[in-house]
Amino acid sequence: MLFDVRLPIGLLFLAIGLLVAATGLTGDKAALDAHSAGVNIDLIWGAIMAGFGAIMLVLAALARRRGDEPPL
Amino acid sequence: MHLGAVDWGVISLYLVFVLGIGIVSSRMAKSGNDFFLAGRAIPAWVCGLAFISANLGAQEVIGMGASGAKYGIATAHFYWIGAIPAMVFIGVFMMPFYYGSKARSAPEYLRMRFDEKTRGLNAVTFALMTILNSGISMYALAKLIQTLHVFDAPFAALHLPQAWIFHGAILTAATVVLVYIYMGGLRGAIYNEVLQFFLIVAGFAPLVWLGLRQVGGWEGLQTTLGPSYTHAWAGMAHASTNKLGVDWFGLTMGLGFVLSFGYWCTDFLVVQRAMAANSMSAARRTPLIAAGVKMFIPFIVILPGLIAIALTSAPDRAGHAPPPVAAGHIVQHEPGVIPIKIDSATGKPMLDARGRPQLDYDLATPNLLLRYFPTGMVGVGLTALLASFMSGMAGGVTAFNTVFTYDIYQAYIRRKASDQHYLMVGRLATLFGIVASVAAAYLCSQFNNINDFLQLVMAFVNAPVFATFLLGMFWKRTTGHGAFIGLAAGTLTAAIHHGMTLPMDDLPGLKGGWIAVTHTYASEMAQNFWIAIWAWSACFITTIVVSLATKPKPEAELAGLVYSLTPKIMPQKGAWYMNPVLLGVIMLTITVALNLLFR
Repeated sequence: MLFDVRLPIGLLFLAIGLLVAATGLTGDKAALDAHSAGVNIDLIWGAIMAGFGAIMLVLAALARRRGDEPPL
Repeated sequence: MHLGAVDWGVISLYLVFVLGIGIVSSRMAKSGNDFFLAGRAIPAWVCGLAFISANLGAQEVIGMGASGAKYGIATAHFYWIGAIPAMVFIGVFMMPFYYGSKARSAPEYLRMRFDEKTRGLNAVTFALMTILNSGISMYALAKLIQTLHVFDAPFAALHLPQAWIFHGAILTAATVVLVYIYMGGLRGAIYNEVLQFFLIVAGFAPLVWLGLRQVGGWEGLQTTLGPSYTHAWAGMAHASTNKLGVDWFGLTMGLGFVLSFGYWCTDFLVVQRAMAANSMSAARRTPLIAAGVKMFIPFIVILPGLIAIALTSAPDRAGHAPPPVAAGHIVQHEPGVIPIKIDSATGKPMLDARGRPQLDYDLATPNLLLRYFPTGMVGVGLTALLASFMSGMAGGVTAFNTVFTYDIYQAYIRRKASDQHYLMVGRLATLFGIVASVAAAYLCSQFNNINDFLQLVMAFVNAPVFATFLLGMFWKRTTGHGAFIGLAAGTLTAAIHHGMTLPMDDLPGLKGGWIAVTHTYASEMAQNFWIAIWAWSACFITTIVVSLATKPKPEAELAGLVYSLTPKIMPQKGAWYMNPVLLGVIMLTITVALNLLFR
């Protein structure tokens, strides 16, 4: 049995990204911004991490559909 | 700083995935080849990322930040003069012998090329140093976590004494690494290293982004800190005109050649990742792909240090001393990101030779992280720190269990046993290695100076090794006696040189000069580089002289092990990025460009 390392990477980044982005959306905005120099870093970076995770998952899924030998 | 539920959530998710990868890999670890060499079935890009990650331990992340705060962008020499040329060299020139010889470890290559005693010496010193290194790094992590006070609240809530944070940090990290290597072997370690690599980047890149915004970008750093911080090559003509206290010759020869080639081209922790690759071509491309990423690592590990020092003015405000930076104007922020170093015994600030309070540079990156990350991102940042620690430790442990099993156990204890037997020994060696690392970590916490002492001994042993591999691979006349005596002579020379020189402002003792002080260096770094140069030269010359006086191995036995007796690898047909030589040239060109850009 072989498996594609992009799968766990994608899942973990998607999960962490969504969790952190949600904190950025729902958290105390003033406190968050004050902490990170006027930037809602939770929202921005959470979204970036989730996006990266999603791309990894898509790549893994495409490779599987093509029936490629998994890269791992 | 208190951790929120989200932060705990992020850290827990990470731990679950890391353990999960260990469990999945355990289904593929059925033979010694699977466990120690990941079945030699890993593609180049995965090996390349694992290669970087295994060398991006917490000590490096923290240490490079500290060095960035202390010396500025000149710290990048460790990458742009140090690591990259050596990584290109191993990929283009040395990997054909490591991978092609089918040796299972670097010491085993030495046995095939030279003899048993050279292998034994290398295997035993490597095994010992790897364990001590992982202990030192474990100690540093636990100490850091204690200092950051991030776990104070949960420990207080559980009515546990604060001192247990240290134990808790060590035991948790050690147990997790133990589980995934015990189960998945090298494959578990490599999969996790790739995951950890992305997490380290995800944790530190936003820190640099926020920090640079705050200090007005790179231009802001330049105006705040002055040229000595933002130009890597400024004043390198002479040791007294730059912060490192090293001249260009000591830097390029000591760091760029001896120390870097010694580490990146011979250390099994490094070589093992490439040996796991699925083909000769992939093995050669592993360090080259890694070099392509590695050259940009300074931007996420060194820049936080520069940003932190730009935001620090603590000594000035405390009224004890002038600002830490002589040139340029320091922006005042409260409180300083880098605190003053406190002597744990007296509780008073530690002073340098001129009576000024010293800054605790090791806290530059972690404090910056706590300062700029709100709850949520703090979890991501701490996860990155944890990931870097685990990847570094796993790198050491996988290299240790392989060298122990094949080069010590199979060589000296039980020569002929089944593959399953050695697989079991490998698992037990993993357990033993981690327990021994924990013990070493406690040793460090008991004796203040032991850390410095151990690193010193490692430097003595490491400095000459590259001469042995270089001569072994490229001069067929080199003999086993030559290699062995050369190594011993190199280590001895290193110790003697240390005993007779001393960095400026230091007292004879652990810092050198314990025989007699015949020369004073402008800095400890300069002393380190010159010790390496002397040790390497002594090993190189001794090996040649002894080799000429002893009988070489018959040429037939050296095919595949020595350059002139190995058929050249024909360039493969295929895309340009499959060609190691072309990749190497590209990597070196970009590195030269980076040096010019930050000159």
